[in-house]
Amino acid sequence: MDMETVLLLRQEISLLVIALILLLYEIFASDRKKAGVVPLAIALFTIHTALGFAAMKEGVLFGGMFRTTALIHLFKNILNLGVLIVLLQSAEWVRKELLPQKRGAEFFILLLSSLLGLQFLISSGDFLMFYLGLELSTLPLAALAAFEIYQMRSSEAGIKLILSSAMASGITLFGISLLYASSGTIYYSELAGVITESNLTVLAMILFFAGLAFKISLVPFHFWTADVYEGAPIGVASYLSVISKGAAVFILMILFFTVLKPMIHLWENLFYLLAVLTMFLGNLFALRQQNMKRFLAFSSIAQAGFILLGLITGTTLGVATVIYFVLIYIFSNLAAFGVVQAISTATGKEQMQDYEGLYRTNPKLSLVMMLGLFSLAGIPPVAGFFGKFFLFTAAASEGYYFLVFLAVVNVTISLYYYLLVVRAMFLRKSEHPIPYFANTVFMRIGLVITVIGILVLGLYSPVYDYIYALSSTLN
Amino acid sequence: MDILSLFIVLPLLTVLVLLGARSLKQARLIAMVGTLVQVAMSVNLLFAYLRERAVNDEIMLFTRDLVWFRDFNIHYSIGVDGISVALLMLTSLVVLAGVFISWKMEELPKEFFISLIVLSTGVYGFFISLDLFLMFVFFEIAVIPMFLLIGIWGSGPREYAAMKLTLMLMGASAVLLVGILGIYFNSGADGGPLTFNILEIAEVQIPVEAQKLFFPLTFIGFAVIGALFPFHTWSPDGHASAPTAVSMLHAGVLMKLGGYGVFRVAMYLMPEGTLHWSWFFIVLAAFGVIYGAFAAIRQTDLKYINAYSSVSHLGLVLFALLMLNKTAWNGAIIQSLSHGFMTALFFALIGMIYERTHTRDVTKLGGLLKVIPFISATYVIGGLASLGLPGFSGFVAEMNIFVGAFQHPEIPYRIASIFVVSAIVVTAVYILRVVGMMLMGPLRENSLTPMGKATWYEKTGIFLMLLPIIGIGVAPLWLSEMILKSIQPFIQGVL
Repeated sequence: MDMETVLLLRQEISLLVIALILLLYEIFASDRKKAGVVPLAIALFTIHTALGFAAMKEGVLFGGMFRTTALIHLFKNILNLGVLIVLLQSAEWVRKELLPQKRGAEFFILLLSSLLGLQFLISSGDFLMFYLGLELSTLPLAALAAFEIYQMRSSEAGIKLILSSAMASGITLFGISLLYASSGTIYYSELAGVITESNLTVLAMILFFAGLAFKISLVPFHFWTADVYEGAPIGVASYLSVISKGAAVFILMILFFTVLKPMIHLWENLFYLLAVLTMFLGNLFALRQQNMKRFLAFSSIAQAGFILLGLITGTTLGVATVIYFVLIYIFSNLAAFGVVQAISTATGKEQMQDYEGLYRTNPKLSLVMMLGLFSLAGIPPVAGFFGKFFLFTAAASEGYYFLVFLAVVNVTISLYYYLLVVRAMFLRKSEHPIPYFANTVFMRIGLVITVIGILVLGLYSPVYDYIYALSSTLN
Repeated sequence: MDILSLFIVLPLLTVLVLLGARSLKQARLIAMVGTLVQVAMSVNLLFAYLRERAVNDEIMLFTRDLVWFRDFNIHYSIGVDGISVALLMLTSLVVLAGVFISWKMEELPKEFFISLIVLSTGVYGFFISLDLFLMFVFFEIAVIPMFLLIGIWGSGPREYAAMKLTLMLMGASAVLLVGILGIYFNSGADGGPLTFNILEIAEVQIPVEAQKLFFPLTFIGFAVIGALFPFHTWSPDGHASAPTAVSMLHAGVLMKLGGYGVFRVAMYLMPEGTLHWSWFFIVLAAFGVIYGAFAAIRQTDLKYINAYSSVSHLGLVLFALLMLNKTAWNGAIIQSLSHGFMTALFFALIGMIYERTHTRDVTKLGGLLKVIPFISATYVIGGLASLGLPGFSGFVAEMNIFVGAFQHPEIPYRIASIFVVSAIVVTAVYILRVVGMMLMGPLRENSLTPMGKATWYEKTGIFLMLLPIIGIGVAPLWLSEMILKSIQPFIQGVL
């Protein structure tokens, strides 16, 4: 293995190195200096993210188990950006809650390991690597979900996550084994040629899909979502809702658009059904939520339903619009989660009625929240509108007008509950509003990045052009 | 910077400057200067348009086209014809009047004026767009500030009204989105590339089946904001709860988006669909005209009376558009303008009356002509214009509409016209009833407390609305000439 092949693993190696540096720092730093782990981790990860944008060669490693292309590289960069924002937004929480317990470094190490797993997952070239990546990304998350060890609901979230994800992994593994049984190989590149439609492969596909559907929290695999989001620390919930969901969407797209493409006439029906179910159930359950984290959980389920509208197409347009939507969704959702995180860390309040009158005390936070929610709802001129419009265009391009119609009905339903939050913040007055508080520098940067993303990604069209140009390489 | 893009850039600049305002005085001054410049720009545009039209036969003038999203063929494509110029004029005047009427906006003044100007930016953008995508973007930008405007500064059941209005209008725009996508994916029917450009799509013969499917979606999507029966229910509640300036802008300008969109998108691009569906929507529109008028009779709240009167008057616009001939279309567009000025005037006056008497209930008011003569006299003038008295804009509009409607050769359409004409009588009833109860007669309790005379800013706002009403009424020819010229290419497209 020469230097050049190693460089193909650049992103993964760099993540590993950061995790190790943090581990060593934790071991050797004196107690007084332990607080330095927060800026250190963020600084290292910023460098990692920035380096990721450097051009990268395409290639295959380990006899086809690991591969990287320009598109996969883009996926990783998108995930890096998202995680950077999550880290920035969690910094204050780590300092306040974890450092007194001397567990600051652990949080970063676990989170980065999970990201490492996701990177391997989307770079996988065969189902073995796929499975390793899936597990590596999930196990640290279960620990992270249970990270607030003095709170019952956090432990509950951890248990729920580990049990249901173990179940999902098992089902996926079963699907993979059936796929192997029918075709005799686990390499994507070989499978694409030999896969034929039989009862066995159809069953394999459905089982395999179920495991990924769990990560994306599609109905009916969504039951864990709300409880875990509510119990887990907010940083972890936001990671689950955008990063791990985004990565799962990417690998789902890679596999279904290449390896399983011959069976599109089967899985498009499956996607159709799940898209309708997910959108309606996610939206209808979101209507009555009072806890902001549960609220965002159901909203993120509904958003996953919209993503299926792009996936159902199986075309380059579908690829481009899905990536574009996920990218925008990361920024929008993290804007909303960031504000919830800031308020929760400063005051411990998480209910929607606590937000009443927020604009009069914390106008900037309210505006960020409003932008994020408008972007999630898809209101121009913020980016979310462009993401949704293009997704619907992709679905309509394949003739799914009725599905688009159902989707726009759902957009209207979702607008209602997003406006409920806006109503609480702007329209209502409260006798006990959340008092003004100043945010830390990290939180501010974290929120400003999301706002820039929300404002720029839609109006500035070269972003989409770039994604579209890369998307054609998938097929 | 071209003359049209200024209509988007300048309001945005105004918003940026407003962000720095620290008090009501600063905010209203900035807003006033900004909107004054907008009026100056639209006057300038009007003259520039007339000059250019004399030498240029293109459908759209002052066009500009920049590629935005290459892969979808989405362009930043703008241009105007006589209809849009007239509507831009209306918008800028109503916004300016709205700023004057909100001179004493004590609560969150900065935010109020920002929302107001963002709304007007959306409306300007909508009227100058030649690209369906761009148009849709501006459509939603125009609607969403309403939620805050009604929700924060409104009265009565403001949260309910704001939510209802926003959801109904955004729901309509969602339906519209499906219609637009349908048009887009059929715009390559003659082998060309897919496009959102209205003028290019008009050249293409969209398959008849697709037209029949997507015409109703597009039509309803736009017509909801034009208060098409039975989708009008957001409008009375919204108007009643909104603060004065917002009611003005809403009824005066925002509801015009409906008729304009129906005309420029649904009917122009899908003529076969129009012919196929016109009977159905004519029935709805005719019913709306009559129903709105009768509903207005039964109301006692001034704002509700005016809101239902808007439903009736705007139903007339849709009704005339569907009659598919030049005279009726001319009438429909003049009616849009005329109704815009009249309703804005009414809402401004209602706001002033409410401020002085603290009630909008006509049964509790009386003899106002004696205590606030200026406001009351203007109310009478507005009322006379609204019921179609010659010499005011309403007459010109309705005359054209009915002359055009009776030209329709088919009997059922003529019968519908007869029914709709009868609504004029009902209009006279509800207007004269209000004038009789509220302005004449003995003074009531509420009217006895000493009341301030109309202030200079109130008068300015009133005159801004009153002058065009009289202007169009007295000298309608130059306006109808401008509109008729712009209708010409559409006639050829649809008929």
